[in-house]
Amino acid sequence: MSGQSTYVPKNALAKWFEARLPIGGLMHSSFIAYPTPRNLNYMWTFGGILSFMLGAQILTGIVLAMHYTPESSLAFNSVEHIMRDVNGGWLLRYLHLNGASLFFAAAYIHTARGLYYGSYKSPREVLWLLGIIILLLMMATAFMGYVLPWGQMSFWGATVITNLFSAIPIVGDTIVTYLWGGYAVGNPTLNRFYSLHYLLPFVIAGVVALHVWALHVAGQNNPTGIDVKSSKDTVPFTPYATVKDALGLVVFLLVYCWFVFYEPNILGDADNYIQANPLKTPPHIVPEWYFLPFYAILRSMPDIFFIPAKLAGVMAMFGAILMLALVPWLDTSRVRSARFRPLYRPFFWVLILVCIGLGYIGAKEVTPGRIVVGQILTAYYYVHFLVILPLLGLIETPNDMPNSISESVLGGNATAVPAGAHAAPERKG
Amino acid sequence: MTFFLGCAGTETGTMKRVRLLLAAAMAFCCATGFAARAQEEGPAFVPKIPDRQSWSFAGPFGVYDTAQLQRGYKIYREVCANCHSMEDMHFRNLADPGGPEFTEGQVKALAAEFKVTDGPDDNGKMFKRPGRPADPFPRPFPNEQTAKLANGGAVPPDMSVLAKARSYEPYDWFPADIGYALWSMLTQYQTQGPDYISALLQGFKKPPPGFKIEPGQNYNEVFAAGNGIIAMPPPLQDGVVQYPKGPDGKPVVPETVEQYSKDVAAFLMWVAEPKLDYRKQLGLEVMIYLLAAAGLMYFVKKKVWAKVHA
Ligand code: HEC
Ligand code: HEM
Repeated sequence: MSGQSTYVPKNALAKWFEARLPIGGLMHSSFIAYPTPRNLNYMWTFGGILSFMLGAQILTGIVLAMHYTPESSLAFNSVEHIMRDVNGGWLLRYLHLNGASLFFAAAYIHTARGLYYGSYKSPREVLWLLGIIILLLMMATAFMGYVLPWGQMSFWGATVITNLFSAIPIVGDTIVTYLWGGYAVGNPTLNRFYSLHYLLPFVIAGVVALHVWALHVAGQNNPTGIDVKSSKDTVPFTPYATVKDALGLVVFLLVYCWFVFYEPNILGDADNYIQANPLKTPPHIVPEWYFLPFYAILRSMPDIFFIPAKLAGVMAMFGAILMLALVPWLDTSRVRSARFRPLYRPFFWVLILVCIGLGYIGAKEVTPGRIVVGQILTAYYYVHFLVILPLLGLIETPNDMPNSISESVLGGNATAVPAGAHAAPERKG
Repeated sequence: MTFFLGCAGTETGTMKRVRLLLAAAMAFCCATGFAARAQEEGPAFVPKIPDRQSWSFAGPFGVYDTAQLQRGYKIYREVCANCHSMEDMHFRNLADPGGPEFTEGQVKALAAEFKVTDGPDDNGKMFKRPGRPADPFPRPFPNEQTAKLANGGAVPPDMSVLAKARSYEPYDWFPADIGYALWSMLTQYQTQGPDYISALLQGFKKPPPGFKIEPGQNYNEVFAAGNGIIAMPPPLQDGVVQYPKGPDGKPVVPETVEQYSKDVAAFLMWVAEPKLDYRKQLGLEVMIYLLAAAGLMYFVKKKVWAKVHA
């Protein structure tokens, strides 16, 4: 779909360059002329928002790194030094800290959008898998970033999570020793996490490039889930998608700035303003909110036959993400969009509620009652993907679908589109 | 109308019933919670949840009260600084905008009240000299061990970010806990730290009968971390710190533990978040700018898409 470049270099230099590296044509066909379905709703603005957030995290992160000291006895105070003595340092740090939260919020909405509209189905499986890889890399990055300020939650969160790897049979202890760079979380751990925290966002950027490439090969899905059939179904990316994305981004920034300027610490844990103390375990160790559902799944697992609870927990936690990765093959329905799937729709919302419920359980201290609730929710999560999703496609009768995207927008009146609507903006590009 | 009457004290029958039901539900939740705790650890200490106070720096337009910060500094200087360090603070910060805003001259004098270790000099010796504005606040104890020794085995925590490092959950039952969290987020409630500190300073009460306490320990009704037992002796008494006097020769604000607690808590919030005034001011500008941009983008988008929605 990215093939039809209508780009014409405007001056001699651009022409010379284009003949040697046609990057102008690539940009033009990807972000100007690129045909996007005309019926995209605001759920489709999160891709642009995520790209923006990755850029924002990298920019603020690079400047923070100029002032931050990755040494266990100095790290905590170096962050306070950034907050107090570096010009605009408090802003950089609050942008970065809340940026991570907002980045995850956007990523979860983006993923849920995919689940709702069946964006993972053929021919977009690779696109979807690349997205899951990005999610995993984000988790690793944020986890290691949270360790850097070296507060109590940084230290004890790192201790709890890295310890999990010791559950892996045979190689577990060796892996943990390599993660720690010693026999406990300490200065070597901080150093290697810092190094990786700096590296991984650029790996993410690389996978994002593949993600966008795959997107432009398969084309965007849309709220009806119906394939694009003719040029009547699409509009050029610029200006249509660009203005819509810009509006979505500005509204998103309002929320982001609300947190940064008015309640920069409300999403975090007060304990992380206490310097790490290896001798004093906090009464209640909790990860950042975006990890809570996974944390709940981790803590829900009992001993299962010969598998100890810890290993079972780790498997269940990573399995939860594996389920997402397998969705393209677990969903048997031929219909993409939940809009035309009367049975899938309620189950989708139940799944969202279950994830929120897991997040709640993950945030609370364990009690016998909460363990049972956590186990039920965890079981349901798996049942959704392994039983409900495959079955639904077999028993569900989809609703009537429109013949094309333009018919769904214009109510069977597709021929009434003014022909100039698509052609005009392309001339401008 | 009945609602207003109800608030004024003459409850209607339904309201009374609703209240009774709520009270019963809460009593039940508490009772079951206590019972569970009591089984684990003997007679349970149930910490008092700090009251929510009104602070000048709360809310989207809140700013610090300069006079209050100056009073708070005086309390820190005369009382808390004997035990608590404040390492991330420099004397010069006392003159920063959005802080106690002492004048340069005042800051010089305030710094000179402290003795600071410097050196080594040309003879290789460390020496003491009066503090200068560029110095960080000196620590009261040379190291943790000395601090422990002087304080019954507990280290008085550094106060640089203390006001951001304390929080509590008033409700531990569903869905009140979620409601409280969401409500805090919507109303920008972020003063748990100062609420806690001021309650802690006023929380040195007589222990309830049967509560065991060793000599050198103190009972504090809000100190959850130590199950009611804190190593810090009550640091404040009425009248221990002299406040500025008005024209009539009387202090402008009362010299009471309650007032002291609030003032020093406000000061500690500034210490923990010295850029708060500027942050909110900048925030307002950013929000206005973004709202305008959003409005503009909305109309641009409408205009551009008008052709397609024909
Ligand atoms: C005689 C020494 C001493 C003085 C004076 C003192 N403190 Fe403390 N403070 C301590 C010690 C010791 C602790 C640690 C208590 C513990 O962990 O049991 C402490 C702890 C605290 C805490 C933390 C409680 C918690 O939740 O962990 C606060 C807040 C506090 N002090 C405030 C103040 C303020 C405000 C002042 C001045 C008005 C002050 N202190 C004066 C010794 C002192
Ligand atoms: C995927 C993008 C990124 C995410 C999700 C992320 C996340 C985080 C998080 C959650 C923290 C802890 C913040 C705190 O509690 O104070 C952090 C800290 C930090 N990050 Fe990142 N980060 C990202 C990219 C980067 C990059 C690219 C760099 C450097 C080039 C960087 C440098 C730092 C530094 C120096 C800190 C320590 C300072 C501090 O704690 O505020 N980050 N990061």
